[in-house]
Amino acid sequence: MTNFTKEAVKQLSAYLNEPEWMLALRLEAFDVYESLPMPTPQLEDWRRTDLRRLKLDDFGPSVNGDAGADATIPDYLGKQLTTDEAGGNMLQVDGVVKALTLSDGLKAQGVIFCDMHTAVAQYPDLVQKHFMTEGVRIDEGKFAALHGAFWRGGTFLYVPKNVKAAAPLHSVLWVENGKTFTHTLVIVEESAEVIFMDEYASANGQQAGIHNGVIELLVRDNASLIYAGLQDFGANMWQFNHERGRVGRDGKLDWVTSMMGTRLTKAFQTMELDRPGAWGRMSGIFFTNGRQHLDLDTQQNHNAEDTTSDLLYKGALKDKSRTVWQGMIKALPGSQRIDGFQANRNLMLDKTARADSIPGLEIEADDVRCTHASAIGKLDPEELFYLMSRGIPRKTAVEMSVQGFFDPLMRRIPFEGVRERIFGRIVEKLG
Amino acid sequence: MTIALEIKNLHASIGEQPILKGINLLIKQGEIHALMGPNGSGKSTLAYTLAGHPAYDPTAGQVIYDGQDLLEMEPDERSRAGLFLAFQYPAAVPGVTLAKFLRQTINSRRQAENPEDSGISIPAFRRLLKEKMDMLGIDHKFAGRYLNEGFSGGEKKRVEILQMATVEPKIAIMDETDSGLDIDALRVVSEGAMRLYREMNMGMLVITHYQRILNYIQPDYIHIMLDGRIVESGGPDLALKLEEEGYDWLREKYGITETA
Ligand SMILES: Nc1ncnc2c1ncn2[C@@H]1O[C@H](COP(=O)(O)OP(=O)(O)OP(=O)(O)O)[C@@H](O)[C@H]1O
Ligand SMILES: [Mg+2]
Repeated sequence: MTNFTKEAVKQLSAYLNEPEWMLALRLEAFDVYESLPMPTPQLEDWRRTDLRRLKLDDFGPSVNGDAGADATIPDYLGKQLTTDEAGGNMLQVDGVVKALTLSDGLKAQGVIFCDMHTAVAQYPDLVQKHFMTEGVRIDEGKFAALHGAFWRGGTFLYVPKNVKAAAPLHSVLWVENGKTFTHTLVIVEESAEVIFMDEYASANGQQAGIHNGVIELLVRDNASLIYAGLQDFGANMWQFNHERGRVGRDGKLDWVTSMMGTRLTKAFQTMELDRPGAWGRMSGIFFTNGRQHLDLDTQQNHNAEDTTSDLLYKGALKDKSRTVWQGMIKALPGSQRIDGFQANRNLMLDKTARADSIPGLEIEADDVRCTHASAIGKLDPEELFYLMSRGIPRKTAVEMSVQGFFDPLMRRIPFEGVRERIFGRIVEKLG
Repeated sequence: MTIALEIKNLHASIGEQPILKGINLLIKQGEIHALMGPNGSGKSTLAYTLAGHPAYDPTAGQVIYDGQDLLEMEPDERSRAGLFLAFQYPAAVPGVTLAKFLRQTINSRRQAENPEDSGISIPAFRRLLKEKMDMLGIDHKFAGRYLNEGFSGGEKKRVEILQMATVEPKIAIMDETDSGLDIDALRVVSEGAMRLYREMNMGMLVITHYQRILNYIQPDYIHIMLDGRIVESGGPDLALKLEEEGYDWLREKYGITETA
């Protein structure tokens, strides 16, 4: 098995026929990767997530993705199970495109929707300028660097200036070989608009697997992006993500995250409100059971005056699972008249589960409105009784109540079929 | 075949506190009973105990519903067997729309009959919902709202009766459905209940403080509860007597000092 070596970086880049600059980026990232120690709980960011059981060398890079050649993708993903019309659909297995459609309407609008490798080859100027330059940087951490060196697969979405994309886009990234390093880069140019749903999933494998992803969402002045990142990996997966959205003047980023799977997830999600009038909303939906461990670090950075951020992360926990949400609202000096909100609500379905909720504010301006809230609750027995008193069996009543907990956030996911699927997963996990 | 709800010497406690102290009452399908009594006398406690609320502990006595031991049944089984309680204070169910909830009440019934049942079709459900909402003068936009969340007092009461109209019970308990309803709504809702009464030959136990609702839903029997017991039963004129004289004469007669 190939390990994470410099040789492997070169091999991967050569296999993908990459231009010089991308190989250079990978090699630089590899150096950073090598120079950084493995995160330990001594680091503030990693205090609540222990990686001692992680054996990175067991994974190695995903070079050719051949394992996916005759993969059986669940029907529901293949069909995308959605009655809503997506203007573009992409299915990848282990970073290799299996299917890609893009409507004539979107093509005519100049919307680019393809896998990341095609983008490197066909739109080098765009990609070179934006790939890990202003979104996530290779030196942000061990896993950002690992990703920079070994990224494989993922989606490139580009919406030109003034284009209101005629229909939503939808990617499904399926993992077969247990190692995936997907890169999502979305660029919404000035006064453009788009909706993109980005799904990650795998079956429940026997062997440990890894997802080391990066998501970069660049929303220019007066532009609007609705982005839903939905993760439903098998419980064998370790996940390490760096995700960043940037919003320009009067731009809007509506960012939904749903996390159902993995054995362990550590994700850094940052929203940068760079220019006055920028608006950003972050919605988190997660459900953990068994011994799942989910650690989400969010940041809402108000880098300019008159910016608004609104974060609500909701989790339901069962069994011996554990979640951590650590949220920070930051305001630079001079970021006056900002409005920042963050809230985390957890629904404890078992006494054995544990949820840590750590809000934080770092405000260096004085004319601001920043508030946070966190709450831990249980199923409301009055609510359950009310449902049962109408003939609904207890099990169904519990399911409805848990779904109800998530419903206001769920409504922010663009496709009805996908919402139903996530609800279905929640019901399945409730058991 | 008509169904009956027979309550025999029912005692119930909340925590350690005995509230019901020996209730006897027989309600048959097609009969209308009114239950009156001062605040805190135990009317809602009786209703909750019959519906199977887990905080209400039946400590003695028996309740037979359609030949079965009601107190042994889960709340959902009681409902599916045809017993309905319109709550005095309905709970809110955030995140669950009224439409989704009502559809589930129907589907749970169908699936209890036949586990393979895939539920009522969406068009059929829409028709049914529209019809029932129109009957009760409920704006259709309520279908998409979360159940009881932010509903006004009167809106909640209407929606209770909408649920009753949807599940079509055999015996219904209406706990102060009249309180909170404006004068027009009281008429519309009462007429809706009476329609069900006629169509389903429903049995009813109407808990109220006031004569007004009894002008629309005319009871065959009136019972008065005092301190956890039914102390007096009679015909419709009993309500009129209460309206005029209050409860003092009863308290005196049964030697009960005012508590609330
Ligand atoms: N959870 C509780 N814990 C303790 N006591 C309770 C509880 N719920 C009700 N009670 C008491 O039980 C008694 C009966 O209450 P209940 O609600 O049945 O009265 P009611 O006849 O319905 O009154 P009202 O006409 O005001 O609706 C009251 O004294 C009340 O305070
Ligand atoms: Mg009461």
